[in-house]
Amino acid sequence: MIPLNIKKVWLYFTRHIDNFLLAGIFLLMLIGLIVLYSATGGSSARVTSQLINMAIACAVMWVVANIPLQRIMRMAFPLYVLGIVLLIAVALFGEIQNGARRWLNLGVIHVQPSELLKIAVPLMMAWYFDKTHTALRWRDYVVAALILLLPVVFIVRQPDLGTALLILISGFYVIFLAGLSWRVMAGLTVAVAVSLPVLWSFGMHDYQRKRIMTMLDPSQDALGAGYHTIQSSIAIGSGGIAGKGWMKGTQSQLDFLPEPSTDFIFSVFSEEFGLIGNSLLLSLYLIVIGRCLVIAASAPTRFARLVAGSITLTFFTYVFVNMGMVSGILPVVGIPLPLISYGGTSMVTILLGFGILMSIQTHPKLVRT
Amino acid sequence: MNDTVELRDHIREIRYFRIRLIISAIVVVVLFGLLLGRFFYLQVSQAEHYTTLAEANRIAIQPLTPNRGIIFDRNGEILAQNYTAYTLEIVPDQVKDLDAAIDELATIIEITPEDRRRFNKLKRDNTKFKSLPIRSRLTDFEVARFAESQYRFPGMDIKAYPLRHYPKGELVSHVIGYIGRISDKDLEQLEADKRLKNYHGSTHIGRIGIEKSYESALHGQTGFEQVETDAVGRPVRTLSRVAPVAGSDLALSLDIGLQQAAVQAFGDYRGALVALDPSNGEILAFVSKPGFDPNLFVDGIDHLNWRLLNESIDRPLNNRALRGVYPPGSTFKPFMALAGLELGKRSLGYAFNDPGFFSLPGSSHRFRDWKPGGHGWVDLRKSLVISCDTYYYMLAHDLGITNIHDFIGQFGFGKETGIDIPGEAAGLLPSPEWKKRRFNQKWLPGDTISVGIGQGFNLSTPLQLTFAMMLLANDGKAYRPHFVKQQVDHYNNLVKDDFVEEVYRLNLKPEYLNYVRQALADVTRPGGTASRAGANTAYTFAGKTGTSQVINIKQGERYNASKIDERHRDHALFTAFAPVESPRIVLTVLVENGGSGGSTAAPIARKVLDYFFLGTMPEPAEKAG
Repeated sequence: MIPLNIKKVWLYFTRHIDNFLLAGIFLLMLIGLIVLYSATGGSSARVTSQLINMAIACAVMWVVANIPLQRIMRMAFPLYVLGIVLLIAVALFGEIQNGARRWLNLGVIHVQPSELLKIAVPLMMAWYFDKTHTALRWRDYVVAALILLLPVVFIVRQPDLGTALLILISGFYVIFLAGLSWRVMAGLTVAVAVSLPVLWSFGMHDYQRKRIMTMLDPSQDALGAGYHTIQSSIAIGSGGIAGKGWMKGTQSQLDFLPEPSTDFIFSVFSEEFGLIGNSLLLSLYLIVIGRCLVIAASAPTRFARLVAGSITLTFFTYVFVNMGMVSGILPVVGIPLPLISYGGTSMVTILLGFGILMSIQTHPKLVRT
Repeated sequence: MNDTVELRDHIREIRYFRIRLIISAIVVVVLFGLLLGRFFYLQVSQAEHYTTLAEANRIAIQPLTPNRGIIFDRNGEILAQNYTAYTLEIVPDQVKDLDAAIDELATIIEITPEDRRRFNKLKRDNTKFKSLPIRSRLTDFEVARFAESQYRFPGMDIKAYPLRHYPKGELVSHVIGYIGRISDKDLEQLEADKRLKNYHGSTHIGRIGIEKSYESALHGQTGFEQVETDAVGRPVRTLSRVAPVAGSDLALSLDIGLQQAAVQAFGDYRGALVALDPSNGEILAFVSKPGFDPNLFVDGIDHLNWRLLNESIDRPLNNRALRGVYPPGSTFKPFMALAGLELGKRSLGYAFNDPGFFSLPGSSHRFRDWKPGGHGWVDLRKSLVISCDTYYYMLAHDLGITNIHDFIGQFGFGKETGIDIPGEAAGLLPSPEWKKRRFNQKWLPGDTISVGIGQGFNLSTPLQLTFAMMLLANDGKAYRPHFVKQQVDHYNNLVKDDFVEEVYRLNLKPEYLNYVRQALADVTRPGGTASRAGANTAYTFAGKTGTSQVINIKQGERYNASKIDERHRDHALFTAFAPVESPRIVLTVLVENGGSGGSTAAPIARKVLDYFFLGTMPEPAEKAG
């Protein structure tokens, strides 16, 4: 009888897990732990702490994966409203850290509401599009855009340009996947191109302008803001084809890299495992993203499709922006490399997204009649 | 019907969605391709470039400063050595309120306003991340006191540095000189000499004296260490190492005991003494009094001490033996005598009746002898023993300035002796060409007459007089005067000991030389100008007294020491060698404002010779007047 019970238990735990996706995630996490050990100069404490982060994130993923899609959909609106309320609270009572008001002190824990909105905004927009039942009209896109812009404005004001842009992008993915006409998108592109110089002159803080200038020419400020980009490029470049070997990267082991265990962990990986390692890592990400796209393509409802697509593309965006920033083709923005960088919050957010994807994939695909 | 439409819409929606997903997938692949291209560019095309940068990043060359050579006297007494000095340093960036922190620091360690001033200057000239000294030479007690409350002073630390120390201080300051912090000017000079590479990491360089002239021997060879550093520049481990080679030790010919005896013999007088070995030119004693404490200069002299030294009326920084130029006065006469004999203007048997003055033909101007009424019958021997001026007025007139200049120039007057410390003055042996050049004036017959007794335009250093006397004492062998006897490397291997150099040899008739030497021996005997100093000696010695005028005495006036301000009194001179038969020491004594050579300078020489031959250390002399 015992084998049967074990099988039952096993089934209970794996019923809503997508094994293919999980394998990819675990592989990336494993790589993350290996690189983290090297990036911290052989600190098992950091690795242990990251293991705990991963365990918590996996638990969150499992729980979310087990929630039926309909219930997730019903949570979209309350979550969004909660997020907005918290943002308002931050604007009024938030703590200032490093010159930005991003955190809310709830006595026991400090929360960063913008993190919640990374999930809540696409959910809310997808929920709105799903509610209309019929073919979408231009008015629906305007409403969706307003849903998107409300939190973005708050977050820009904190100021946290990086997070605001990421939410903006994840929301844009929802609109794009919902079928916004190419003509409108072309118009938007033109509008953005026109407004960029205006934004540059009036809408940006000095440090934000500096970051972009630094990206364009890191050597201009080699010991200041450009230092990170240059050192990171040196790390990647000196890694060569085969890399310097695990724990043998001089740039990372000798502290030339900024934030070697979080935002710049990829340069550590790149220095030690070279172009071969980079190709393998990119492939692994591609496989995970590919699997997610398949899940999105076969999703049963409009809500599920839009949410799955948006989460997938946002995940991709994280990977691309982080690697682009570390290798010097994008400005330095504080975005971690998903599943690899050290840190609990981003790990939970990412796996929560994958949980939703698994829920979409594994719950009965009801075709609405 | 409605359902069908809705279903058809639904299928179309899914198709549209999937098209957009495919477009997204293409974008994903393209952008990943872009990343891969970037990685290829960095890791393949530019790999070499970035590898070089990474190496440059992590590898720093750190110089290893060699220990400076030690300087000994001829008997192994240490004259310059190194010791570890503790310096309190502050990294300004790590201290929040610098002034308050220094105030607090001053409660446990003495910080003078001068220390603060210097620190603030350093702070302005350096980045705030650099560790800068605020107090040097902490005592052991201060080090301990700071160490126990160091936690109160973040950003402050005690560093140990090798520092130069001159245990004999003032006694040999004008010989050894001192080292000082390398200045921008030094760096330029080192660069020009292509020696800069050897000074990476060095903080000090020889400024004057032996420390300067033997800088390259004393400094040693800087070593290098390749270290791997982290981003802040802290060394993590050593990759390779070329050990530094410590500087050579120098053994001088100087005898610190003789030096001490000389200083004590001077008592309160200012002046100079040079003693050397006539058989090889080795300097035995080299005094310029007063001296100064060279230790003050090692780490940069403070303002107050500098003013005290620089503005002192006694001019302690002036190396009188090396750079002080004085009219040689009567000490010039032995060389005039040799000139007269060698050039055939005088014979050993010649004598004349001295009227006490000399006048040029057709002139009423009288060049007076120091003794009114003259000395009676005077021959060459007597002219030296009693220092007859008239004899030399006439001799100068008979020789003519060109002969005097050319013959006496062979004894080293008017040019450097080539001694192995820098800054030597050349003195002046006048000639018509020189006067033309210098004043654009014609040489007058009267000019020659003053030159004959070592006055007029004549100027020489005590070192030059000693050099000239050496030639007289050793039959004309012109050895280059030098201090260093032996250069020995850090492992006690001999590097060099052939410092003796005979530059040229004068061909002088032994008959004439002996005659003059015997006459000079008589100077120290009863009847001679230095008879008092020469009384009851256990050895024989020969010498010549001299007086060098500080102010001109007008025609028709007499020199009266008691009427003249002390600083305007004549300088007393005495130059001698001993023993007469085979000289082992030649020395010159100059006593500033000492009056006459016989009464002031010769007794000092006697005391020094007594120490040299008998080992009796003189009591400090009483100052006359």
